[in-house]
Amino acid sequence: MGEAIILFSDISKHFGQVIAVANTNFEIYRGEFFSLLGPSGCGKTTLLRMVAGFEAPTTGEIFIDGQPMSATPPNHRPVNIVFQNYAIFPHLDVRGNIAFGMRKSGLSRAELDQRIDEVLELIKLPGYGSRGADELSGGQRQRVALARALIKQPKVLLLDEPLGALDKKLREQMQIELRQLQQQLGITFLFVTHDQEEALTLSDRIAVMSDGHVMEIASPAELYESPGSRFVADFIGSMNFFEGEVSCRETSTVRVTTRVLGEIEVPLTTASPTTGERVWVAIRPEKLQPVFSEPQSRTNTVVGQMGPSAYLGDRSHFYVHLTQREEPVLVALQNLERSLDHLRRPNQPVWLQWADDAVVLLPRD
Amino acid sequence: MDQLTRSDMNSTDRTAAPSTNVGFALRRLFRTSEALRGYILLSPTLLTMIIGLAMPLLVLFTLSFWIQEYLDFIRTFSLKNYFDFFHKPIYGKILFKSIRISGLVTLATVLLAYPMAYFIAFRIQRNKLVWLILITVPFWTSYLLRVFAWKIMLGYNGVINSGLKSLGFITEPLAFLLYNPTAVVITLAHAWAAFAILPIYVSLEKIDRSLLEAARDLGENAFMSFVRVTLPLSMPGVIAASLLVFIPTVGDYVTPSLVGGPSGIMIGNIIQSMFGKALNWPLGAAISVMSMLTVTAMICLFLWGTHSFRRRIA
Repeated sequence: MGEAIILFSDISKHFGQVIAVANTNFEIYRGEFFSLLGPSGCGKTTLLRMVAGFEAPTTGEIFIDGQPMSATPPNHRPVNIVFQNYAIFPHLDVRGNIAFGMRKSGLSRAELDQRIDEVLELIKLPGYGSRGADELSGGQRQRVALARALIKQPKVLLLDEPLGALDKKLREQMQIELRQLQQQLGITFLFVTHDQEEALTLSDRIAVMSDGHVMEIASPAELYESPGSRFVADFIGSMNFFEGEVSCRETSTVRVTTRVLGEIEVPLTTASPTTGERVWVAIRPEKLQPVFSEPQSRTNTVVGQMGPSAYLGDRSHFYVHLTQREEPVLVALQNLERSLDHLRRPNQPVWLQWADDAVVLLPRD
Repeated sequence: MDQLTRSDMNSTDRTAAPSTNVGFALRRLFRTSEALRGYILLSPTLLTMIIGLAMPLLVLFTLSFWIQEYLDFIRTFSLKNYFDFFHKPIYGKILFKSIRISGLVTLATVLLAYPMAYFIAFRIQRNKLVWLILITVPFWTSYLLRVFAWKIMLGYNGVINSGLKSLGFITEPLAFLLYNPTAVVITLAHAWAAFAILPIYVSLEKIDRSLLEAARDLGENAFMSFVRVTLPLSMPGVIAASLLVFIPTVGDYVTPSLVGGPSGIMIGNIIQSMFGKALNWPLGAAISVMSMLTVTAMICLFLWGTHSFRRRIA
């Protein structure tokens, strides 16, 4: 881990009675792609706007590159923002928009023109300089907004759901380009999104937020494979939860008794709970392996009946009804074969199996 | 021969069911032609404009080429009235003065209206409509009454003079307040304020607030954000306000005749007297036409100026 470029120290923000951001402490490292992920209204945009300087924190201090920012207006902060609606100046052409922030740069006309051409090249819009703001498509506006911020060479680039308005294909393409751009320039990106897939694809680290609180900060793989709480496990991807209780802790495993799955063994990790603790046994849908004829081994196996299924192209989702549980279990299966007959067997028995390390134990109170 | 019979057949076909075919064709034309629908929707306004605007203009234009002789017109084409207009310096001078006064009125009105419109658009969060209605309150009384009110305010023994006198700031009433061009500018600027506030307000209200944040984010302070973003984006409103104030005030004759005094006479007063006491309608018409042409020229100049101004500051 590197040094901190942004440090949130006891930051909170209240709007009247509403607490948009509750007491928050964390840091963002230089050069990383950091995402704030959460449902709408969780305070992620407020946090971003406080970094930009458009909102003043109720308590605490934000440090950017070691400097306290509470007395610094937006125009003197070493950050630039790409707005959700891009905020392209309608009375200026592309060149005028990109040059907007360079009035005090001290560059000569020729130098500035050259810089603009470089940035246009970078965002893959060469030759678009004289286009009017109203002659651009959504994706092009997004690129111009990016160029306008990047030409200022900010220490941190703030992005407020910049891909939200684009269609799926374009969004995926922009995700790749954003990631490449970030790695190429080495600028810290602070990215706000409600789209978990986007956050997983792009980020070095993700802060999951809910109701003004930062629930967990971790890398995408850590968040997905070993979430720290039921909220995070549920919010990112899909998860099946089973109630359980730790019956005993051994040298390398933890034994958990569950009503539905029976007694299971889970490899011991640093975060493993102690004996007698109530836990959630959590398994991702794609880590449940369906078997359609009775298997030989009965370890890590549960039997149920086929329920409704959904075809998603590359994979299929289907539900399995277990005898001791009302809520069906969700199973995801890669569509390796073109025939889907194995899914269309309503009420037929199916055995679900999983590997030892597929299970995540989460605290339950 | 062959063609003839075919067209005969066609005509018999068409007459076979005439009413339904014509009705169908009309309905079809109505549904498919946007231009036709547009003209039909426009027709009440269009008729009013033709009867109320184009016709009088035509009459005025024709009249300006006739000559008044006692109580009759000599209805032969003549340029005498235009010759008179250019050879008696008084008309050109008064027209020039009218434009100068109206220009000052426009400037004063827009400068006063802009902060007001800005305040309502950016600072008022709730009940904007109430504020907009409050602005129109002065218009609930007659224009004439408002001019008289200013006469009372500015008069020799008026509110301002007696107020200053009773406070001991002056011993003799200030004579320069009333019956001069300044009084005309003050009165007209107040009378036309709402016509300037409303269009400026509309153009300010439309500005996306994130554009102002973007300007701040890109390194400009509040004032420069205003100059580089708010002002150019509100120019359509400023232009509309300027035209709305400038055009009608050039020809105004009520205010100058009531508060202008001899030095505050404007072209409207001259035209009015030509059609009244002086009884020279054709010359009045010619002065009107010249006044209109001058105003048109001024507006073209103004639009060209604001256009290049907008480009430069952005």
